[in-house]
Amino acid sequence: MEKRVVFNGRLLPYLLLAPQLVITLVFFYWPAGQAVLQSFLVQDAFGLSTEFVWFENYQVLFSKPEYYKSMVTTAIFSSLVAFFSLSIALLLAVQADRHIKFAAGYKTLLIWPYAVAPAVAGVLWLFMFQPSLGLVSQAIRVAGFEWNPLLRQDHAMTLVVMSATWKQISYNFLFFLAGLQAIPKSVIEAAAIDGARPARRFWTIIFPLLSPTTFFLLVVNVVYVFFDTFGIIDAATQGGPAKGTETMVYKVYSDGRSGGDLGGSAAQSVVLMVIVIALTAIQFRYVERKVQY
Amino acid sequence: MVQRRRLLDFLPHLILLIGVAVVAFPVYVAFIASTWDAATISNGSMPLRPGPHFAENYYRTIFIGTSSSTREPVGTMMLNSLIMALTIAIGKIAISLISAFAVVYFRFPFRMTAFWIIFVTLMLPVEVRIFPTYKIVADLKLLDTFAGLTIPLIASATATLLFRQFFMTVPDELVEASKIDGAGPMKFFVDTLLPLSITSVAAMFVIQFIYGWNQYLWPLLITTKDNMQTIVIAIKKMIVTQDALTEWQLAMATAILAMLPPVFVVVVMQRLFVKGLVETEK
Repeated sequence: MEKRVVFNGRLLPYLLLAPQLVITLVFFYWPAGQAVLQSFLVQDAFGLSTEFVWFENYQVLFSKPEYYKSMVTTAIFSSLVAFFSLSIALLLAVQADRHIKFAAGYKTLLIWPYAVAPAVAGVLWLFMFQPSLGLVSQAIRVAGFEWNPLLRQDHAMTLVVMSATWKQISYNFLFFLAGLQAIPKSVIEAAAIDGARPARRFWTIIFPLLSPTTFFLLVVNVVYVFFDTFGIIDAATQGGPAKGTETMVYKVYSDGRSGGDLGGSAAQSVVLMVIVIALTAIQFRYVERKVQY
Repeated sequence: MVQRRRLLDFLPHLILLIGVAVVAFPVYVAFIASTWDAATISNGSMPLRPGPHFAENYYRTIFIGTSSSTREPVGTMMLNSLIMALTIAIGKIAISLISAFAVVYFRFPFRMTAFWIIFVTLMLPVEVRIFPTYKIVADLKLLDTFAGLTIPLIASATATLLFRQFFMTVPDELVEASKIDGAGPMKFFVDTLLPLSITSVAAMFVIQFIYGWNQYLWPLLITTKDNMQTIVIAIKKMIVTQDALTEWQLAMATAILAMLPPVFVVVVMQRLFVKGLVETEK
């Protein structure tokens, strides 16, 4: 799609583009290029000489069990958050889609957690589940369950999954609600006349018709867990205990901060870039079919 | 809708009310904690109703700050966060508007190259290139400055794509009319295009303000001075792992204060927020 009528100007368009292009080149392409370059280099211990080593950094990276562990952690974390936030949001959206009173009010009351910073969400849940003084953890202890996210990896994972899910429900809810409202009512009425009960109507008509929305949200949720949960993890568990909640992004940060292995850290960044590009490509392939640019 | 049943009318309300309660509970607990004293919280006997220390805790948080971990008053940090969020939101919108205008309304060599250079940045979130970007900001001597805090986050393809898409829907007749009236490109941009884009700009502003306010990893690396901290990174610093030292009532007051501006924006400008959210994801 192109405009038929345009303005003439030799210098002006370049001047208009300049701010964005300069910032993009300096703060996106330059560092990304540095990361790629560095991932092929090895520095000696004193930083005096560097050597081009091809894929050695990647070989070292993929021979480390910790790296696979962070991959598994990321996979578990993403699937749990995606599963819970999608199903809870869908349940709530289906209720809000019925023509009930206060539907708009419920919507307002459900969407605001989107605006809460991930780090703040992490702190809120940490406080409730703090082993010694948390309100909820005390209740759990009274029920006879030994809860301690500072010592148990599975408990720490539960904690970050809960905070990440809590924050993501609002987003999924909005998109599910929009998806539900786009389904023609006549289809559902036809099924009702044929005698299909609500549960059957949901699984045989509504859910399949919602599948584009669900798929889109699935990709968005995975991207969210990969990159936007850094604040939650850093605030609630710092990747611990014993790296039990260390995702791939968190590992880039904690390895890079402890310093030393520049090449290895850069190789991790490049692996992440490849993953984002793949996820974005999936998202666009799908979105392209629906939206015309 | 389809059929009316008494149970089916009641059940949605029940489920939604439970949903709303579960979603609001963590914030309620945080608010309650911000109205009690440290001793009540740390011995684990905090009741579920507001305590008597509301004014005292919030006064101390905003004007004095915590004693050990973050030192600066939270009021300063809120101001820092506000400057950061506004600069990111306004900066992003400004540079995206003009670059989208250039790509849509002009024909020039390397037009599509420029477009793709911007487009690809969709795929490079700051988290994956964090240390090289940090190094560049450090080399440019921008650590502990608002420029270093905001400029690297200003460039993004989302807003440019959104405005490009919107400009495409603006009828060509408007350009022709402007040309007949003898208006140049900048006059057309300011007098015709900007007024038409106002809703898109506002929707974008809501999303980008939240994005800017909630930044965490970037300010964490870029700010080393206490008086440059933003409120979001300060909260985490207030939580000391050895919990005896954590002043929970102040940390929770800070959490509430950190949530207020973005949540307020979402609730008050809900329509624009939903529009912005749906459009940026396309």
